Amino acid sequence: MTDMRTPLGKVRGFGSAKEGTGDFWRTRITSVALIPLAIYFIILVISLNGANYQEVHASLSHPVNALVLALFILISLVHMRLGMQEIIQDYIQGEGLKVSLLMLSTFFCVIVGVASLFALLKLAFGG
Amino acid sequence: MSKETTMHARPLSPHLQIYRLIPTMLMSIVHRITGGALYFGTLLFAWWVIATATSQNAFDIANAVFGSWIGRLVLFGYTWALVHHLLGGLRHLVWDTGSWMEKHTATRLAWATIIGSVILTILIWIVGYAARGAF
Repeated sequence: MTDMRTPLGKVRGFGSAKEGTGDFWRTRITSVALIPLAIYFIILVISLNGANYQEVHASLSHPVNALVLALFILISLVHMRLGMQEIIQDYIQGEGLKVSLLMLSTFFCVIVGVASLFALLKLAFGG
Repeated sequence: MSKETTMHARPLSPHLQIYRLIPTMLMSIVHRITGGALYFGTLLFAWWVIATATSQNAFDIANAVFGSWIGRLVLFGYTWALVHHLLGGLRHLVWDTGSWMEKHTATRLAWATIIGSVILTILIWIVGYAARGAF
């Protein structure tokens, strides 16, 4: 096997950034957390199938449901941001487009998260 | 990030099209596709909670769209994507421990993921309709 390091990497001599498994591990932690949360979400939606506005409003206002849904959406967003980051890094070649898409993806996740959380808090605190 | 001129010619692996399609490969691809679909599917979740928090009118609009045949089709697809990605994720967590990686076992797991996801999705919808009293 020939040396895979670039000449620049050799003269700098920093070695690895020591964060190579960081995103891998965060993906795993969030995936484990999402197992029970996703199951709870599916059961909640089944129980609300065909429910009217008052019933759905009351259900989502319940502290336990609000808390679980807040955790579900926030952890989902962390998980899916990492997933989309991997997809973008795999398929996008140009550096400019890649960085732009990574930023766009982060903005998307933050906006969806803040908007959903705001709605859940409004429901929970009787808006 | 180093400049192009400082790069070695890195070895490249051949891409998808030269390999015969096998179940584990297909499930890997589907796992990524369902993940990508769920990424945008969170918009449906956001719409649902925001509409409920906004007003009866906003809720009714969301409910009518989700309840239409195309809405149901999208939600059915969303359910399947969620279940498939969940089962695929469980499979990856098992593989992360180094277990069940022997090729025949891995192939059986791949089949279990697709068959399990379809059965579970249909069951979820049957239970969903039963809960609604539609039967």
